[in-house]
Amino acid sequence: MSTLPMVEPAINPVEPFLRTDRMPHIWCPGCGIGTTVNCFARALVESKLNLDKVAIVSGIGCTGRVAGYMRLDSFHTTHGRAIPFATGLKLANPELSVVVYSGDGDLIAIGGNHFIHAARRNVDLKIICVNNFIYGMTGGQVAPTTPVGATATTTPYGCFERPFNLPYLAESSGAVYVARWTCFHVRHITRAMVEAFNKKGFSFIEIITPCPTLYLRRNKLGDSLDTMRYYKQKSVIKNGANTKEVEIALGGEIICGKFVDIDRPTLGQSMHMQLSKSLGARYVAPGGR
Amino acid sequence: MKANPAGVLTGAHFLDGDQACCEGALAAGANFAAGYPITPSTEVVERFAARIPTVGGLFIQMEDELASSIAILGAAWAGKKVFTVTSGPGFSLMMEHIGLAAMTETPCVFVDVQRGGPSTGLPTLPGQADMMQARWGSHGDYETIALCPNSPQECFDLMIDAFNLAEQYRLPVLFMMDECVGHMTEKVVIPPADGIEIFPRRFTSLPPSEYKPFKPGADGVPEMVKAGDGYRFHITGLTHDEQGYPAMNWREQEKLVRRLVEKVRKNTDKIVRYEERDIEDAEVVVVAYGITSRVALRAIQMAREEGIRVGLLRPIVVWPFPEKHIRELSEKVKAFVVVEMNYGQMVYEVERCAAGKARTELVDHGGGTVHEPEDVLKAIREVAR
Repeated sequence: MSTLPMVEPAINPVEPFLRTDRMPHIWCPGCGIGTTVNCFARALVESKLNLDKVAIVSGIGCTGRVAGYMRLDSFHTTHGRAIPFATGLKLANPELSVVVYSGDGDLIAIGGNHFIHAARRNVDLKIICVNNFIYGMTGGQVAPTTPVGATATTTPYGCFERPFNLPYLAESSGAVYVARWTCFHVRHITRAMVEAFNKKGFSFIEIITPCPTLYLRRNKLGDSLDTMRYYKQKSVIKNGANTKEVEIALGGEIICGKFVDIDRPTLGQSMHMQLSKSLGARYVAPGGR
Repeated sequence: MKANPAGVLTGAHFLDGDQACCEGALAAGANFAAGYPITPSTEVVERFAARIPTVGGLFIQMEDELASSIAILGAAWAGKKVFTVTSGPGFSLMMEHIGLAAMTETPCVFVDVQRGGPSTGLPTLPGQADMMQARWGSHGDYETIALCPNSPQECFDLMIDAFNLAEQYRLPVLFMMDECVGHMTEKVVIPPADGIEIFPRRFTSLPPSEYKPFKPGADGVPEMVKAGDGYRFHITGLTHDEQGYPAMNWREQEKLVRRLVEKVRKNTDKIVRYEERDIEDAEVVVVAYGITSRVALRAIQMAREEGIRVGLLRPIVVWPFPEKHIRELSEKVKAFVVVEMNYGQMVYEVERCAAGKARTELVDHGGGTVHEPEDVLKAIREVAR
């Protein structure tokens, strides 16, 4: 009888970043959220951040579950309110890198007001918006990103509302970094996340992902593999594109790339500068107490 | 521990209730507030915005009450002592995060300077109609603690207690003022910092490998950590186990939610506070809180002059309700007269505790101004007959 040679078990390099004691996760087979999480974990490795100083905040929904799977200080908050929670967290401890990881419905519909105000104020947050064009967790209702003509359970005869063009919304509200990739572009996503980590200010990354269970099937768009083919064939990389011109239509081309990368003072910096200027020696910086 | 002198404006001042509330928060060590303008509460955060940059801490005006009520929770998890301030319509919007604070056991204080309602109601005029909302406003089962000051001095003193209770029991504490108390100006004496007792945050001393965010101590309250200290903890509004992980089953629901309510219910005797006047020989007890207690006092004087044996019971902590005490009194007295600036809220609690042993009469008022003492006197006469 021959003995088999001992082989070291393969370890997924992103495993240390995950709460493996919480696996299996809740996402469906073919869902794109897991791909984005993989990219996020790789971005954490590449950015060489002190992970004790990285916090992740999610709202509610399928993507809202991301915070709970990351081995970081993580907060699963209320629907739409991840950004104002993160604003409080970041202002209270500027040392933290604060990531908001949520879906299009959470961030842009119920949380839309917080989104535009945090961008306006340039709160130093990294916003990762997983856009699957639909409400997944609640069973496939229309979202503010659903393309015209696509069906959802609450628009059974086709969506007739114009969707938001997220990069345009982010840029016009004041974001200093805006990028869009599909989950076919895993290396680009990772690079964008690393860039966002190195950026001071409101950084926005939209990631287009398939929801096979509730969006693809209902709209007869095939499965996630077909969607990957679609992303490959129909996405066009245009770095620096005018965000006004990156709208997404049903089955149309998806313009990807880094659209905005500018610098302006963050909320924390502006607050500090203004108070120092007005109060002079009377100003006691927060944290000094 | 003693208060940090940085925020304590020691001395005798002439302040309105809103300003005194702000000074109370500062003396308690509040170093983060978020708010949204709303009459008649805005003066609290206006003063905080002016004072805090010279004390060390920060204020941010958020885009709405939903945002302010959760920004403070984010800051609390970064280690800050936090509060927000609002009035009726904003209080309604904040209910979601009173629930999140209760569920995640986040110490924080919500101030509600009550005005006439419902809806936009009477923005500049008083009401006391948010009392049941303070108890039951957010969905699901939870317990909070609510305090009710009746003077600017108490706005200062009780705000410190509010912060201490929030830290001790790790929950949202509701500070239920009214427009009259908020806008009346009186003498407020602020003691030196070493005369102010502060309940410190219950930070754990356990290393990350042994720490469980929701493992209760002997008193039912878990120890806390803050972001950035290497604990890599998880906090969720979902039902969760001791590790803080979502646990979608009835056993964990029972374990968690029962503990959330019991950490208050089992400590009710320690938490309840009330003031009594002329109660020893009383056969009628007037129950009133906030500004209304001061009107009731005038009516009690008038009734005493007529020879009616009447006293005052003023709940200072309104939630949890002084249930046991009302029960005891109901064995001795003929009747309770409940005076409140609403069409009947706390009266139901009095009636429940009196359990038919003493008559319970309500003197209601829709708000907009305080009661006439004569209306209270009339009710006292009626039940004393």
